[in-house]
Amino acid sequence: MRSETSRTKTIAFDVPGWPGHRAGQHVDVRLTAEDGYQAQRSYSIASASDNARLELTVERLDDGEVSPYLTEELRLGDAIELRGPVGGYFVWDPSAQGSVLLVGGGSGVVPLMAMARQRSADGSTIPTRLLYSARAWEDVIYRDELEQLGQDDGLDVIYTLTRTQPAGWQGYDRRVDRDLLAEVAPAPAELAVAFVCGPTPFVEAVAGALVELGHEPLRVKTERFGPTGG
Amino acid sequence: MSELMLDGNAAAGVLQEIFAVEMTTAVGTCDHCGAAGEVGRVQLYRGAGIALRCPSCEALLMKIVTSGTRAWVDLRGLRTLQLDA
Repeated sequence: MRSETSRTKTIAFDVPGWPGHRAGQHVDVRLTAEDGYQAQRSYSIASASDNARLELTVERLDDGEVSPYLTEELRLGDAIELRGPVGGYFVWDPSAQGSVLLVGGGSGVVPLMAMARQRSADGSTIPTRLLYSARAWEDVIYRDELEQLGQDDGLDVIYTLTRTQPAGWQGYDRRVDRDLLAEVAPAPAELAVAFVCGPTPFVEAVAGALVELGHEPLRVKTERFGPTGG
Repeated sequence: MSELMLDGNAAAGVLQEIFAVEMTTAVGTCDHCGAAGEVGRVQLYRGAGIALRCPSCEALLMKIVTSGTRAWVDLRGLRTLQLDA
């Protein structure tokens, strides 16, 4: 387990017999209390495919039922119930022809990170751009690794910090809108697929703006986080 | 747009459990408006169960309610469902 930011933690699980997964897939985590009460949530897998281990990055939601347990109570050696990998729609396609755009809002970056890691593990040269929207630099998950992936593997990482910016910040400082996407996104003819993940209003705004910019709706794949997650 | 709306991806786990195949890449056709698309793209609302709605006309496509041991699936709003055979 490692802390990523003040609210997010990455937890690695050893899963005997794990079949591997495709980047972008998720697992359902089920917790059962001593009285039999069950709570279940979906979490995107953060790691690239591996046959014995997987990592989840979990954001703590204070009024959540599952995330406070995973981020505060879970201890090394504890066992929990996982179902998965599930989902075949929002997944990285290693044979994509053209450029790939990844747009993440907050912890919506997690499945996109799995894609960036898979791309790197595969030695893929698919032109890929990650646009990551966070409130502040302290809230950016995977900062150091993203810098590495940018230097070593040609992943283009662009940040926008919507609430506060460090002194001397050179990046974007506003919510992702149509003008920002016009600057960052590949031209519609070059785009193989865009993956957009984040809270529902963020995903609606980004996907809508991409379509307004002329991108084919079927090439814009979305994964929404609800406000009642956790 | 409702903040409570998710997409069909969020039902991947329960659909896999019921149908025993990956269902978010299956293509459903809305019985109301005829729009066709992958299950992963549809609108999803959670209440006592899960409701999947057509992203084009918002008609109800599928309802799923599960208890610990049984699942009820209402498919009235789907004209067809195409799956990898």
